Amino acid sequence: MAVIVDNDTRLVVQGLTGSEGRFHGLRNRNYGTNVVAGVTPGKGGQDVEGIPVFNTVAESVTAASANTSLIFVPARFATDAIYEAVDAGIGTVICITEHIPAHDMLRVYTYIRGKGATMIGPNCPGVLSPGKANVGIIPAEIFSEGGIGLVSRSGTLTYQIGHELTQLGLGNSTIVGIGGDPVVGSSFIDPLERFEADPETEVIVLVGEIGGDEEEKAARYVQEHVTKPVLAYIAGFSAPPGKTMGHAGAIISGSAGTAQAKKEALEAVGIEVGTTPTEVARLVSDRFRIHS
Amino acid sequence: MDLYEYQGKELFERFGIPVSEGRLAATPQEARAAAEELGGPLVVKAQVLTGGRGKAGGVKLADGADDAEAKAEDILGLDINGHVVRKVWIERASDISKEYYLSITFDRGAKKPLYMLTTEGGIKIEQVAEENPDALARLHVDVLEGFQPYQARRLVYGAGIDDPNEQKQILGIVEKLYRCFVESDAMLTEINPLIVTPDGDVRALDSKFTVDDSALFRHPDIAEMRDVEAADPQERLAREKGVTYVKLDGSVGILGNGAGLSMSTVDVVVVAGGRPANFCDLGGGGDAQGVVDALEVITSDEQVRSIFFNIFGGITRCDEVARGILAALDQMKIELPIVVRLDGTNAEEGRRILAEAAPPNLYVEPTMLEAAQRAVELAA
Repeated sequence: MAVIVDNDTRLVVQGLTGSEGRFHGLRNRNYGTNVVAGVTPGKGGQDVEGIPVFNTVAESVTAASANTSLIFVPARFATDAIYEAVDAGIGTVICITEHIPAHDMLRVYTYIRGKGATMIGPNCPGVLSPGKANVGIIPAEIFSEGGIGLVSRSGTLTYQIGHELTQLGLGNSTIVGIGGDPVVGSSFIDPLERFEADPETEVIVLVGEIGGDEEEKAARYVQEHVTKPVLAYIAGFSAPPGKTMGHAGAIISGSAGTAQAKKEALEAVGIEVGTTPTEVARLVSDRFRIHS
Repeated sequence: MDLYEYQGKELFERFGIPVSEGRLAATPQEARAAAEELGGPLVVKAQVLTGGRGKAGGVKLADGADDAEAKAEDILGLDINGHVVRKVWIERASDISKEYYLSITFDRGAKKPLYMLTTEGGIKIEQVAEENPDALARLHVDVLEGFQPYQARRLVYGAGIDDPNEQKQILGIVEKLYRCFVESDAMLTEINPLIVTPDGDVRALDSKFTVDDSALFRHPDIAEMRDVEAADPQERLAREKGVTYVKLDGSVGILGNGAGLSMSTVDVVVVAGGRPANFCDLGGGGDAQGVVDALEVITSDEQVRSIFFNIFGGITRCDEVARGILAALDQMKIELPIVVRLDGTNAEEGRRILAEAAPPNLYVEPTMLEAAQRAVELAA
């Protein structure tokens, strides 16, 4: 098992012929991900080291049975690429692109919810199920196979925590980078639901940051629906209000979205929150050994 | 990106929302000229990107050109919550019989634009929401459905606005504000107060306007409204260099890769007992030029006593970052102590490169926590 991406993933990379798409598409294939197609309008019929390129996502579904899409196209064309994937019947869309306008994402979000597709991102590092599939830009060598499900709004911070876990001899079922934008296709709740249902996942780690109220919603969801142990880390305790901290979504608006409020919401439902990535890894390790 | 009152009003006007006629002035003389053109009783308003300007003496009535010049003299240069007033907006004073409130915010939680309308305007909306929630009409708009006239009716009736003349005008303003919000890619459009004059005219007397930075590429006119002079000098330099930087108020300069890790680094410096001077995200790169640019911004802050590089190599390779750091040191002659922590892709190679060059002010630490502690010690 694992969640979102696994051995059944048949990946089409939208923007495979661009430099980022090519670099990461090939890296994902080298990892063992089944990369079945690329899409670049006007380059149909070409191939990238043996991966066939199509003009449209619909063709990649018909001709190569693609079921998951990875999007690397520039921001101003990215929402078009997302709609194209969903309309072609792709069930899981993972969008790495950064700087998609928030209003565009509102419409995309509302549309794809109605279609029942799963979207991860944008502005995210992707999804990695160690030993099975890597879809996106996560450096897989940091992580190993194991029972910890990790869901995070941040890329490098996730790598940091993954690295600390690996050093303690702990591995991951799946790492889901949900992205740092104000509106993302899936927030914490969708991956939490999947981790709860996934027999391979034994402990869940949630990595949040300032801005919005998704951590608070996740806390309520955990209280009502999750039986597995959940631990958390929140970044941005020292962030000043009104300033965007790198991620478009990481901003304290007025008094809303502070790290302290999120920590309190999580702790109120019994989720331990580590002060540093190192402490989180240690807490996970303690909990994991008790649980196993 | 936050807009000044006068810029927000300019956008309101483009979408047909009524505002008072006014002029911008950067000197008392310009204020006098503006007042002469406008005529009549006037109001001189500080243009700052912060609230509370009324209480700070940033809004004053003037009865003519002489008085407008004098009031502008008083207001220009005022420090309002750390924002120095460099421009005033002068407009015809309005007679006010009622003050309402109307806004649309980008509700991240609900994933929908949120309208709020109340007849209790002129005060903070949070206060209305807390003290008199029934007076506040709220309505979410489904973005696929878009604005429909019934939504405006629900808001106007819901807020208890019962004068037919006011209803008619406000229904129009509610609709226009939605177009303004969507077509400007706004994250916030707020009219507080929305006034009714004794003659029954409804007008926006103030504006609060925030536009999505990611959408500025399709609004070159709004992008040009950015007041580069108003930013903190370090933040201005960062913008010029394309460095992601937020000024804080301490002595440990911080450079991380990735937004989350950089935020976490700031927190860990605080846990280690230090005071971070800034947040700075090197991004996915790490080449020498990126490091030089970031260091230039960080060291332009005179409060900085030590610099902490916290790099976790993923796609970014630590050996590249190590070379970048050495090249930057070569180029910039920085004497401040620099603490480096490298982990992840090619970290060993990176540490070896730094150890071989061994500049006297460079300290390499094995973990994030130990590096933070060292950077804090060195800043003391």
